[in-house]
Amino acid sequence: MSRFVSSRDLLPRVLAGEVPAVARLLSRAEAADPECRETLGEIYGRAGKAHVVGITGVPGSGKSTMVAVLAAHLRKAGHKVGIIAIDPSSPYSGGAIMGDRIRMSDLASDEGVYIRSMATRGALGGMARATLDAVDILDVAGFDYILIETVGVGQDEVEIASASHTTLVVSAPGLGDEVQAIKAGILEIADVHVVSKSDRPDARSTVSDLKQMLTLGMATDAKTAWRPPVIATSSLKGEGFDELVSALGQHKAFLEGSDAGRARVRRIAEFRMIKTAEELLRRRFKESSAGRVAAVADRLAAREISPYVAGEQLLDGIGA
Amino acid sequence: MAENIRVLLAKVGLDGHDRGVRVVARCLRDAGMDVIYTGLHRTPEEVVDAAIQEDVDVLGVSLLSGAHMTAFPRIIKRLGEKGVGDMILLGGGVIPDEDVTKLKQMGVADILLQDTPPNVIVDTVRRLVRDRGAR
Repeated sequence: MSRFVSSRDLLPRVLAGEVPAVARLLSRAEAADPECRETLGEIYGRAGKAHVVGITGVPGSGKSTMVAVLAAHLRKAGHKVGIIAIDPSSPYSGGAIMGDRIRMSDLASDEGVYIRSMATRGALGGMARATLDAVDILDVAGFDYILIETVGVGQDEVEIASASHTTLVVSAPGLGDEVQAIKAGILEIADVHVVSKSDRPDARSTVSDLKQMLTLGMATDAKTAWRPPVIATSSLKGEGFDELVSALGQHKAFLEGSDAGRARVRRIAEFRMIKTAEELLRRRFKESSAGRVAAVADRLAAREISPYVAGEQLLDGIGA
Repeated sequence: MAENIRVLLAKVGLDGHDRGVRVVARCLRDAGMDVIYTGLHRTPEEVVDAAIQEDVDVLGVSLLSGAHMTAFPRIIKRLGEKGVGDMILLGGGVIPDEDVTKLKQMGVADILLQDTPPNVIVDTVRRLVRDRGAR
């Protein structure tokens, strides 16, 4: 591909699963290139077949290594696997160093695995702006499991649960006591709990802390049919992954054709709509306020107006 | 944010020294680029396949082992086999002058030797991407 190929012309090659075409369209989606918008729209209409698994957990919990071993097990079960590995951009330079591939090197020569690194570029919540466009592209290119590995997030970044069919929360042993396990936030979004590094001696107590937490919640959500399992895995020894793959399969089967599954799909659509609207609003705000920021900030710094009034003034002209 | 330049940095073969390439990664990141690092001991073919999946503008290969005259031809061959003609190939590390000329003739866009200052690395990447134009 030495000359420019339009996204429309890339589409048939993307549908045929041609890697360079998939890769190029992903780049355009990531750059929010208006040229590819119509093609992405068409892709959205065709997508929806793949099972999307979101993987989150604090930094250092072993997500990347676990994703690599999980992908290898999904391959053995006959699935084609797309991986979107997200890393943070520097808030100062906007650049990023992405090293997830270092831990996924065993998958390097497998044509049934596609790995793409994405930088957050200022997006919050542990994902990149174009993550879900990327999911659609990989979906129509024939990948039936798509793993989204989020930035190592803290306790509040729960957006991944609104973007995936199955959310996997990875906890590592030794990263917190039992009080961490009852804290709100990231642990609540899990459809499947994974305790990584189970080869370590303290893994067993992490597993029992999580199980304990889940029993505490049972009284309130006894009616929900899905009870998140807690699965201990060792990426080092390759242990626990057959169990994990079958838990993913069970959750997938639980969603298929059920009200819970339909609700989930609708929640993802709604999340996406709101995210897109916010993005459009932000862009419009930036364009319409660009010329006024300096003047309003001067008045605010001189304490002639309040922050609230200044904010209102910047919003003027953005259109309701 | 404008479109970031994407660069994949790689070490190939039995070369265990990656301090240099990590410094380069940091320089490029601080210049606002997205840098993917694939780690040590990759084969030339693995590196090319990763670069294609990542659709990088620039594939930078660091070699301190003296294996550059076997690694680069394999990289160029793989790119050709995969039908990718617009990826900019950069070399870096310890490479003798006479080989630099040969590598450039083979299609390596530029070779940045071990004494290259950070700003020259950044400028070279930016210039090569600008000269290539839209893709």
